[in-house]
Amino acid sequence: MSFLSLSHVTKSFGAAPVVDTVDLAIEQSEFFALLGPSGCGKTTLLRMIAGFETPDSGTISIDGAAMNTVPPHQRPTNMVFQSYAIFPHLNVFDNIAYGLRKLKLPKDALRARIEAMLATVRLEGLGARAADQLSGGQRQRVALARALVREPKVLLLDEPLGALDKRLRETMQVELRAIQRKVGITFLLVTHDQEEALSLSDRVAVMSGGKILQVASPRELYDRPNCREVADFIGEMNFFHATVRELTDATATVNAGLLGIVTLPRANLVPGIKTDDHILLAIRPEQVRIAPNGLAGEIVTSTFLGERSHFHVRIASRSEPVAVSGHAPAQGTVMLAFPPESLIGLPFA
Amino acid sequence: MADGRKSGAGYLLLSPTLAVMALALAAPLALLFIYSLKSQTGIVFDGGWTLAQYGEVLGRTSYRALFARSLWISGLVTLATVALAYPMAYFVAFHARRKFLWLVALTIPFWTSYLLRVFAWKIILGYGGVINSGLIRLHLIDQPLGFLLYNPFAVVVTLAHAWAAFAILPIYVSLEKIDRSLLEAAGDLGDGALRRFLRVTLPLSMPGVIGAAILIFVPTTGDYVTPELVGGTRGTMIANLIEVQFNTAGNWPLGAALALVSMAMVAVIAGLFVAAARAATRAAR
Amino acid sequence: MKNKSLVLYAFAYLAFLYVPVLVLPVFSFNNSQFIAFPLSGFTTRWYAGLSADSAMLHALGNSLKAGIVTALLSTLLGLLAAKAVTQYRLRGAGALLGFISLPLFIPDIVLGISLLLLLGATGFPLSLAAVVLGHMLVCVPFALTVLIARLEGFDRNLEEASADLGESALMTFWRVTFPLMLPGIAASLLLTFITSFDEFLVAYFLSGTEATLPIYIWGQLRFPERLPMVLALGTIILAISVALVVLAEHVRNLGVKKPMVGA
Repeated sequence: MSFLSLSHVTKSFGAAPVVDTVDLAIEQSEFFALLGPSGCGKTTLLRMIAGFETPDSGTISIDGAAMNTVPPHQRPTNMVFQSYAIFPHLNVFDNIAYGLRKLKLPKDALRARIEAMLATVRLEGLGARAADQLSGGQRQRVALARALVREPKVLLLDEPLGALDKRLRETMQVELRAIQRKVGITFLLVTHDQEEALSLSDRVAVMSGGKILQVASPRELYDRPNCREVADFIGEMNFFHATVRELTDATATVNAGLLGIVTLPRANLVPGIKTDDHILLAIRPEQVRIAPNGLAGEIVTSTFLGERSHFHVRIASRSEPVAVSGHAPAQGTVMLAFPPESLIGLPFA
Repeated sequence: MADGRKSGAGYLLLSPTLAVMALALAAPLALLFIYSLKSQTGIVFDGGWTLAQYGEVLGRTSYRALFARSLWISGLVTLATVALAYPMAYFVAFHARRKFLWLVALTIPFWTSYLLRVFAWKIILGYGGVINSGLIRLHLIDQPLGFLLYNPFAVVVTLAHAWAAFAILPIYVSLEKIDRSLLEAAGDLGDGALRRFLRVTLPLSMPGVIGAAILIFVPTTGDYVTPELVGGTRGTMIANLIEVQFNTAGNWPLGAALALVSMAMVAVIAGLFVAAARAATRAAR
Repeated sequence: MKNKSLVLYAFAYLAFLYVPVLVLPVFSFNNSQFIAFPLSGFTTRWYAGLSADSAMLHALGNSLKAGIVTALLSTLLGLLAAKAVTQYRLRGAGALLGFISLPLFIPDIVLGISLLLLLGATGFPLSLAAVVLGHMLVCVPFALTVLIARLEGFDRNLEEASADLGESALMTFWRVTFPLMLPGIAASLLLTFITSFDEFLVAYFLSGTEATLPIYIWGQLRFPERLPMVLALGTIILAISVALVVLAEHVRNLGVKKPMVGA
């Protein structure tokens, strides 16, 4: 059994389930992300692990122990709240030390431990600072320190970087990763920001409508999404309708309308696709080639991004422009090629 | 952040307060209504029900005059207080540097004993009182001024003073809420200071002004202490008559009817005022 | 410039607010039976006379008793209602709050007489207890306003964070909820006490034989020879009221970034 495991967890508020029969297996010391749009159930799932909500059915276990009847203050988890929830009537030191009261540590030991944690989150010397005099980034670090100092088995983070401006967010992302590597605690991060999830995590679970769509490493999610929703959510993707004509062990031949008959590696198809299935061929903008031969298209918009430019190209009878990332003049006609090895096949439904 | 799932506990928490308030407010008011319909001969209830009290209240000329005077005085007080309070609130919202201190300084008088404040005015306005003796001492007048006390004038001045602190807060709040960048935009589009005030500040502060007006008008019409102490016979208001019915005259049904009619009148006028103000604000756009 | 005249106006307004009230202290130290100019020299004999006035002291005791009980009960009820409204999503919360705040819009004479009717109908005697009930009507809305303003900024997550960090519900209340509510509670207690202490008309109808201080003062007003002592008493009351209000405003804003003022 894995370190943090959820089995058939379901939760409903009212008629429709907010979390629908979710299974998750998270390993120890992993940096794991729950990624999904607002309302997909990820925060509810997090709160169930923390103990603030009770599942209607299913079990949650941490390090082999079932958590269903354990109240939040007795669980081996600690949470970094989206609003940080810094106690306004306590200073930084007392905030971080809050959860250590029960340990009844001697003064020196306590002080040493807090000082060490302050150093870890790079807030040295700010122990005496009042809560209302902290900046957003500082509050975030205090919230993190307060949770980490208890050395929980799992650290839960609820959209911790959402309230920070872009630059601060990027800095904190790097620090968060470094801290996790250093302390070795299992981190479970909930976010709607796919860039954040992909850059920080060892593995990501993509959630939508209360269900887990795919659990994989960031690389695999990007290269091999298993359905349209995941493909759409992670980065930008072009889709073409196609029908499967023939399948061999190594290849798949499909009739792809505008793109003609295409043969691509069988491994690029999501398992379970059969002959005559209606599928979606998907390709990332940066993999579409601007070539001397190919489909002719008219550049509709182009955005200069420095290293490369991003275009939308209108092709013949297709209503949706094709997103292309590469080098080309800002307007005019281009020829687009779609290398088969870069195409992946997703189920249509 | 409210947790909708647990709203049951919320209602439970609210219930003691609601229960007490229902007991202390709803039940008595209902009783007031019932009493106004009781029939009374002499000082004994003879068990019947009648609308005679209302007939008396609305029919007697002297009562009608009393109502008119009370509304008139209350209206004057409201007007004076709000008009005087507006520049003060404006000052604190836009020009004061230590707003908190100003607001506290302005609020403190409101929390002191109302009775004592009215009494202070009685001493000030009296025939042998502070103003008169001071003016005589300064040789500005030979005889004391008789028109200062025991008339509607005294009532209006005293009440305006009593409500002066209270009127500031609603107006201040609505002025404070005005987005300063709106005024900058208006200036950028060519409006001078006066125009900006008339076209942006004043309309946007109207909710606060209306709120203050209602807040003052409604209780003032039913005020007892001020007319009793400084109003004399010419400055009595409805509340004085009601008090007589309950203490000396012993005609509780009449007193109840008087109270309810005056509340109804005030409610109607206040309602009309709010509706008119809203229509005027919309028309001015 | 417009600014200058506005500043002048502001100070004139402040003077208008305070100067009439200054009549009380000024003439309370005046060595004359008559409250008029010219002043006749300094004296404290009016204040000295107060300590011998047993009727006044008795009324003072009644006011203190009623005030303290009113403050405690109003704050308690206000606290329950404020917590209910700010921390739970209640349908019709606006209407319920409006109902609870209704006494602020009803003239106190109406409150006085209708409560009188209630007491008559239920056989409840005219007494200090009745006065407390009447005062609670007026004070609960005040308490509610103060406490809602204080609780509105209360982050629900704070209690969850405390539980997450290992504290039971009881310890969470003691270490987080209670300390954060304390300034609001203290301010509410002070303001409701003052309101009850100074309230005249409702008490006038309901107190029966147990006169409160304002009722005692009212009774003295028809005796010209008693006036200077009333001024002395009034001055003391004013001074204490001001002190309590300043204290309440200070306490109310402890630990709050944006100061809240007024009812």
